[in-house]
Parts: sequence; C-alpha cells; structure tokens
Amino acid sequence: MAGDAIAAVEHVFRLEKGRVLAGLMRRFGDLGLAEDVLQEACRKALELWPRTGIPDYPAAWLSAVARNAALDHLRRAGRSVSDAEAVLSCLPAAVMEETQVIEDDRLRLLFICCHPALAPEAQVALALRTLCGLSTAEIARAFGVAETALSQRLLRARRKIAEARIAFELPPEQELQSRLAQVLHVIYLVFSEGYCASGGDTLLRADLCAEALRLGRLLDSLQSGQPEVQGLLALMLLQASRGPARLSPGGELLTLEEQDRRLWDDVLIAEGLAVLALALPARAPGPYQLQAAIAALHAQAPTASATDWRQISALYGALLRHKPEPMILLNAVIACAMAHGAEHGLAWLVRLEAVPSLANSHYLHAARADLLRRQGDRPGALAAYARAAMLASNAVERQYLLRRHGEMRLPLV
Amino acid sequence: MEYMILIYADEAHYEAMAEGQMASLMADFVSYTQALEAAGVLRGGAELAPVGSATSVRVRTGKPVITDGPFAETKEQLGGYYLLDCANLDEALAWAGRCPAASLGTIEVRPVTA
Repeated sequence: MAGDAIAAVEHVFRLEKGRVLAGLMRRFGDLGLAEDVLQEACRKALELWPRTGIPDYPAAWLSAVARNAALDHLRRAGRSVSDAEAVLSCLPAAVMEETQVIEDDRLRLLFICCHPALAPEAQVALALRTLCGLSTAEIARAFGVAETALSQRLLRARRKIAEARIAFELPPEQELQSRLAQVLHVIYLVFSEGYCASGGDTLLRADLCAEALRLGRLLDSLQSGQPEVQGLLALMLLQASRGPARLSPGGELLTLEEQDRRLWDDVLIAEGLAVLALALPARAPGPYQLQAAIAALHAQAPTASATDWRQISALYGALLRHKPEPMILLNAVIACAMAHGAEHGLAWLVRLEAVPSLANSHYLHAARADLLRRQGDRPGALAAYARAAMLASNAVERQYLLRRHGEMRLPLV
Repeated sequence: MEYMILIYADEAHYEAMAEGQMASLMADFVSYTQALEAAGVLRGGAELAPVGSATSVRVRTGKPVITDGPFAETKEQLGGYYLLDCANLDEALAWAGRCPAASLGTIEVRPVTA
C-alpha cells in the first residue's frame, strides 16, 4: 500500500509538476521558492496519501499545500502577504483546477526556461527540472555531467530569473518567432539527447524522448497553428517511430537501410504524418517542417530501395537555405548521391573536405565509405571506414563503422 | 525595478567617425533619450569622458593606491550609462536594444539591487 502511494505520488509529480509549478511561479514570481514549497508539498503527500488515499485532484491538492507553505514562508520572512492571497489560499482547491490560466502559465514557464538571458546550457536543464519533473540527479545522469555542477547551474539560472526579474509573460508579437525558435531548439535538444545512442542510462534516454514529446505536444496545444511547432512535433514523432528498429539485438546501431521496417511504430508514424499535414497548408516551411518532411518520406517508403531520394534531395536543398550547416550539407550530399548517383556525391565530398569543421568528421568519411561501397570500390571503402572509425568518439557509432569495415573484408560471395 | 544600461563601445570607432556621422549619432541619442523620458522610464544617465581620463583607486594595507587608467584595459570601453525604471528585464532589454550605440558595441543590462 505504501509502495502504491509512493508510485502514485511519483506518477502525479511527473505529470503535474510543470502545471503546479507554473501556478506557483505566477503567484510568487520566485522559481526557487516555488520549487522548495512544491518539494515540501510532495513530502507531505508521501506522508499522508498512504493513509488517506490519493485525493481526487492530486495536482490541486499539491498546489494548495505548496501555496500555503509559500505563504507561511513569506510571513516568516517578514514579507507582507495581501489579504487576497490569504483568502485565495483557503478556496477549495478544485476551483483552481483545469483553468486556461494555468495552461497559459505553463507556456510562460516554458518561455522563461528558454529565455535568451539565461545560459544556453542552463535552459535545457531548467526546462526538464521545472516542466518535466525530472530530478537534478536524473538530468545530470542523462547528460553525463556532475550533479553538483548541474545544481550550481540551475541555482544560478533561478537566481537570475528572480534578481534580474525576467518577465513571466509571453513574448510580445514582434519577438514571438525568435523566442519560439529558441523554445523549439531546447525541446529538440532534449529529444536528440535522448535519441542519440551515445551510451549512458538507456531508460533515462527513453524518458528524455518522452519528455520532449510531451513538451512538444504541450506547446502545440497552447500555440496552435504555428507551422514550425507542428513541424517539430511531427519530426520527433517520426524519429521516435523508428526507436525499436534502430538497434540490433546486440545493441548495434543500424542504418535506415538495414532496419526492419516492420518494427517501426505505425501509430507514431500516423500521428507524425497527420501533424505534418496540418502544418504544410500554411506554406511557411521552416527547418523543422523540412526535416519532418524528409523523415516522412523515409517513413512512407515500403523498402529502403523504394525511398523517394529525388524529393529528399530537393528538401535537403531547401533545408540548407535555412540552416547552412556542415552536417546538413553532408546529408544533402548523401541524398544527392542516392538520387543521382554515387559519383555526384563523391565529387561533392572532395569539396566538403576543404571545410575545416568537416575534414576530420567521421560522418564525412563514413559517407565516403558508404558511397565507395555502393560503387564496388572495396579498397577505397575499407580505408574510409577505417578512417571514420578512428575519428568517431561515440562508442556505438564506432562499433557500427568497425562492423561495416569488417563486412567489407569478407570475401564477396 | 531599476536597471543600469551600460554602454560599451570601441572609442576608436567614434574618433574615426566623420563629422556628419557623429552629428547623426548624437541626434539619435537625443531622440532616444526623449523616448525614454516620454515613456516615463528614465531615472538618470550621462555620457562619460574618454577612458584616457580614467583614474583608478585601490586601498591596500590601509593606503590608497592611485593609478592612471581604467579598471581593466578592454577593447570596448564604458562610454556612458542610463538608469531606467522598468517592469522587468524584458522591458529593459527592449530599451537597451533601441540604444543607438547597440549597433556599434555592446549594451550591458544590470538590475540594481533594491
């Protein structure tokens, strides 16, 4: 029974923390205080709920208890608490439940966490801590950083929000698009951290993907009709759909071509395609919609060889105009090679090697190896796989490249 | 809440300006200051004399040590400030972004402790 209650508290906490915290932040304007009193409320819940059972509105219960704790705290600190606040805190908690105000507060909280006045590395952690209910220890483990360093980072960020008084408001219309872009960036960072198989705690990594999807859905429901928000959500859904197929039973990374497409999650694909279909009529393509469109073409191809590479290649061309980044250029080259022939891609790669940030990228050498392999140039492919494996820092990726290298050495049957 | 708007820019840049450019920059500062006043956020502000006129004082073992020059030699120098009263950081940042020197150097925004 006690175990059930603890599990229930944890479940409610995970699900409702962002909402409760947002309401507290609105009332008290101090994220540090809000976190402390919510912690206190959770401790009380852990004490009481095993005996009293879980209340009908757990989030409202937590809000009310935390609100009272905050008022106590302010009174003790000698700060005046208006009578209205005191009256408010006595209202039945259910009255506060499920109002639009609370939903808007969660959105405000998301924008505050991704505020450009905060250090970029603090933004992701702050969003996970305040809106997703992940503990500092969990976030530290997921990102492979020391817990003390992460708590310091979070502390500094919270202190800055309070001391510099960052607005608990949605950005004004003229800033909305640039601020929204940063929010999308942070959400996608969370997702990518969970999605890239760079080792570490796999369960937590799955959690990060789930939390990113949750934030994406939240943003989409609160800022409806924003094509790039829909684009990001679609992209994450489509990438997540490949989850179970991305690794072999032995834990090896598999390319799209090698993956067993029957393992792809049809439900996620269907939702991803549907969300993307909502975005496209706005005719305001941005980087997330374009990446989602590329992922959608992969998701819709019945077999790897039936992939519409011409269209993918065209989409990468458009994506490059939005994000002229080396990695995207490299993917554009691979798509071009798949659409128009390996020799086109190889000619491009020679030129890309002149880009300083790409010359020693294992991705470039892996791409060359793959194209040479397709052309039947075994010695060339072997050398390129070996070079790529040497440059790769991620163990799972290195293992993949070494496997490819090993396969090239087998006699052709 | 009060915010210091600290204006940093390379003085050499101002010195290299043609007379007409300088005049138009000054005019921009006048209209910026008027806008701050009209919005009711202006609490103070001044332009500082070039950093070559700076003198630093430190008290060490009870004795003042006076040296020629600024706190730190930097590529961009503090050239002036405004003190603004804004509702929050975002409002202060919006004003800082409108400062005519923002496109020449860097505007640092610091909350003033109450």
